[in-house]
Amino acid sequence: MSYQTIRKPNQGVDWMLIILYITLMLIGWMAVFAATYDDTQPSIFDLDKSYGRQFLWILGSLLLGGAILLTDSKFYTTFAYGLYVLVLLMLAAVFVIGTAKHGDKNWIAIGSFQLQPSEFAKFATNLALAKFLSGLTINMKDLKTRFIALGLFGLPALLVLLQGDAGSTLVFLAFFLVLFRFGLPGSYLLLGVYVIALSVLSLVFDKLYIVTALILISVLLIYLGRRSRTQVFIVVAAFLFSIGYVFTTGYVFDKVLEKHQQDRVKVLLGQKVDVKDADYNVRQSKIAIGSGGLWGKGFLKGTLTKYNFVPEQSTDFIFCTIGEEYGFWGSTLLLLLYLTLMLRILFIANRQRSRFSTVYAYGVAAIIFFHVLINVGMTIGLMPVIGIPLPFISYGGSSLWSFTILLFILIKLDGDRLAILR
Amino acid sequence: MTDLYQSRRNVLQYVIIGVIVIFIVRLFFLQIVNKDYQQLAKSNVLREVTVFPARGLVFDRNGKLIIDNQKEYDLWVVPNQVKDLDTAGFCELVGMSDTSFRRTFDKAVKYSRFKPSLIAKGLSVDKYASIQEELYLFPGFYGQVRTVRAYPFKSAAHVLGYISEVNQKQIERGGGYYKSGDYIGTGGIEQSYEKELRGIKGTRFVLVDVHNREQGSFNDGRFDTAAVPGSNMVSSLDIELQGYGEKLMKGKIGSVVAIEPKTGEILSMISSPTYDPDLLTGQDRAKNFKVLLNDSLKPLFVRPLKAAYPPGSTYKPSLALVGLQEGAIDYNTTYPCPGAYYVGPLRVGCHHSGFVPNVAVAIQFSCNSYFCNTFRRLVDDKPFKTVGEGVDYWKKMMATLGLGVKTGIDLPNEGYGYLPDSKYYNKIYGPKGWNSVTIVSLGIGQGEIGETPLQMANVMAAIANNGYWYTPHVIRKVADSDSLLKQTIVKHEVPIDSSYFRMVREGLERVVEAGTATVAQIPGTKVAGKTGTAQNPHGEDHSIFVAYAPVDDPKIAIAVVVENSGFGSRFAAPIASLMIEKYLNDTISAPRKYLEERMMTSTLIQ
Repeated sequence: MSYQTIRKPNQGVDWMLIILYITLMLIGWMAVFAATYDDTQPSIFDLDKSYGRQFLWILGSLLLGGAILLTDSKFYTTFAYGLYVLVLLMLAAVFVIGTAKHGDKNWIAIGSFQLQPSEFAKFATNLALAKFLSGLTINMKDLKTRFIALGLFGLPALLVLLQGDAGSTLVFLAFFLVLFRFGLPGSYLLLGVYVIALSVLSLVFDKLYIVTALILISVLLIYLGRRSRTQVFIVVAAFLFSIGYVFTTGYVFDKVLEKHQQDRVKVLLGQKVDVKDADYNVRQSKIAIGSGGLWGKGFLKGTLTKYNFVPEQSTDFIFCTIGEEYGFWGSTLLLLLYLTLMLRILFIANRQRSRFSTVYAYGVAAIIFFHVLINVGMTIGLMPVIGIPLPFISYGGSSLWSFTILLFILIKLDGDRLAILR
Repeated sequence: MTDLYQSRRNVLQYVIIGVIVIFIVRLFFLQIVNKDYQQLAKSNVLREVTVFPARGLVFDRNGKLIIDNQKEYDLWVVPNQVKDLDTAGFCELVGMSDTSFRRTFDKAVKYSRFKPSLIAKGLSVDKYASIQEELYLFPGFYGQVRTVRAYPFKSAAHVLGYISEVNQKQIERGGGYYKSGDYIGTGGIEQSYEKELRGIKGTRFVLVDVHNREQGSFNDGRFDTAAVPGSNMVSSLDIELQGYGEKLMKGKIGSVVAIEPKTGEILSMISSPTYDPDLLTGQDRAKNFKVLLNDSLKPLFVRPLKAAYPPGSTYKPSLALVGLQEGAIDYNTTYPCPGAYYVGPLRVGCHHSGFVPNVAVAIQFSCNSYFCNTFRRLVDDKPFKTVGEGVDYWKKMMATLGLGVKTGIDLPNEGYGYLPDSKYYNKIYGPKGWNSVTIVSLGIGQGEIGETPLQMANVMAAIANNGYWYTPHVIRKVADSDSLLKQTIVKHEVPIDSSYFRMVREGLERVVEAGTATVAQIPGTKVAGKTGTAQNPHGEDHSIFVAYAPVDDPKIAIAVVVENSGFGSRFAAPIASLMIEKYLNDTISAPRKYLEERMMTSTLIQ
């Protein structure tokens, strides 16, 4: 294959992705401006305010993206594991030299500059997983392969969890979707869904009801499958596992989860109305979004923003500002922008000739999807309150830059799709 | 590489589309179908409001209210709600000058257009009532009620203390109770009984509209917690006696402490010059505080608890008790006083001369020679190998009378007074460089010795009780409870034989009968006491008098110190006897009216 020997940085760049990316960032900047607007400092470039700083982050992101386009895509395939190990070391370093922020100890301060390694763990893990799954001898039917793949993202997930950042940990579950695409049996996903369902049920209902229901279902299944010994065995094993799980869930819930995490789950399950904490946030968030109506109240007209009624307005609850000020059409448009972005990434994934690039692209789509799912779901009361940023929109440098790196590596890989066959 | 799982190609795509569709449907219901949220946002938003409990009241021993709560109003403004402001009209209504209004208003605008700022502070109920009627003409302005302390009797400022805003240290030490801007008791009863008086803050969840106006309670107050009002307390003070004493002490610097011996209850505690406790409440608090703080007479200094005076001759009864107990003297120990005590080159003058037949007479005439002799015999006595041991024994015994130690009164910042020990003298003179002659002035209550007025009164209580005292206290109990507070019934037994107390009491009775304090005689009531004239480096001697009465069944023990006013009999003894008479008889007998008149009108402060 000899296409071109000298390639321009913008060669084969997917301009649609870039336009979507810039559009989302600008929407985010405007939303941060509206959320933290202070009429004594009305300049959007005022560096004392978060909107001024967000502008700097955006400029930085554009430079970062440009820099990635200047690199050679071979760098990422070659050093995938190296970057992965580096990020793991950074995650570990947080335990030693980390500083706490908002109660979670997951920041590294370098001078006045603060870095959140868990944000950067996402793209590095994605690279490592892509590298692993694009190996020539990979066969997902092989148990060992499955476990290595699970371990690749399980390890950083565990480190992030130990830092107390449950939200970011959850994002690593996105890689399940990637593994599924490349051959992880659907039963793993089903099992996951079953376990989550069982956890929720055992927290909501009395254990007696659940056990009774499990017995009835098992008896029914055993009756239906009475001819097959294996099936009976599986049902009995599943039954015992379920019973055991139901009885340990409460314990784990009480002992392992922190108080505020328990509250958030309980609020979502409707068990607890705590006006001060988690439910308060969701309630205010829903009022803010709901009050937007069809057309919204208009730019800077969101009244709930002005009195700090919604907490974390510029970061985790940024979607409220959009919902309140731009109403149904605005929030729907934003969701459709995300949809377009994700579908475009999946489209790109499917046009790759290199397996590495395909896997990487799937990872990017899955990560963005999980962020949108959890973040937006939280603000509209469909998900528990888990503090993770809305990609490209939420205020904050670490998150914006990590998503930029994530996306631009994809754009670079895609740009080189015709040049190299990996 | 072949894709074995081509069938799963589009699964993620479908999941993503599905979730986005669910979200859009949800938004459709939230934003378009359900009108509740729009209503809620327009008119109702939750706000958490702290409910401050009423601070506990304080009554005196006769049930008179001495610390009250009074309502006061602050005026606030939310600048962006102000419309068509008639500045002149507003200034006239509130009674502000145009310039000061401009200044505060501009500051408020600068702070925030959306958040409330303070415009005027501490308006009285009457004033606010007249303002309120017309306040609707000025949108954006609103009043907020606050309670402040009020003192119906305008006295006992030092005992009662005051309320001030918490500082950062207090917030940290408060265990999460205090927030910036909260108030806390400072000094006096307000500080010692802060926990009882403050009560427990409550929380209310109210619905407010976007203009911060209250719209009602959330969920019928299901999540509200009620504030628990502070406990009302009963003080042991007799506020009439306190006020009377303050009148007597007017124009003089000094202290009065009166204790009920049988209970240790403080009847009156005066620090002069005093100040009107109302100065430290309300809107001019900070300004007044600064004035008091910079006053050269130190009106904020709590003299009865903090000031250590050389006790002079008022300390002789204590020395007699310890001397008798140790065996250095007995009742019949005599001393031929030549008008001064001579030892080596030293001469301690004495106000009288002649033969002293026993310890009671020694007290009666306050014989310096006798007590110099007693002190030296005590510290040089046989059981002690060195004079140091003797001094340490002396100090230990004095501590049982509450001297040189804190009495443990339930008021903050009590002083120790001062008593030296052998270590102190070893440091100054070297271990071998001093003997009982060096320190003989301790025999007459001069030198390295200091007692607080509270300690002086407390020793009198112990003598009146024939050998025990209760920890002095100003609070008896919580108002609705029948039992006294535990900390008020701590009894201290003095390890001195009660027969020795009787000998000293005889001397003290003689002092008033025919000794140095005949001025303290009260018709119909037998008083026992002791004068003191404390030399000090600050000027004229301090006039001191300690006493108790009636002698058969003591109901009051008292110490009076009037700084730089000469002999004990000149000011301290008259004032103490008038206080006793007032407390026991409620009126001053006709022949003593002139004394009352003279005390109230004489001014020693320039």
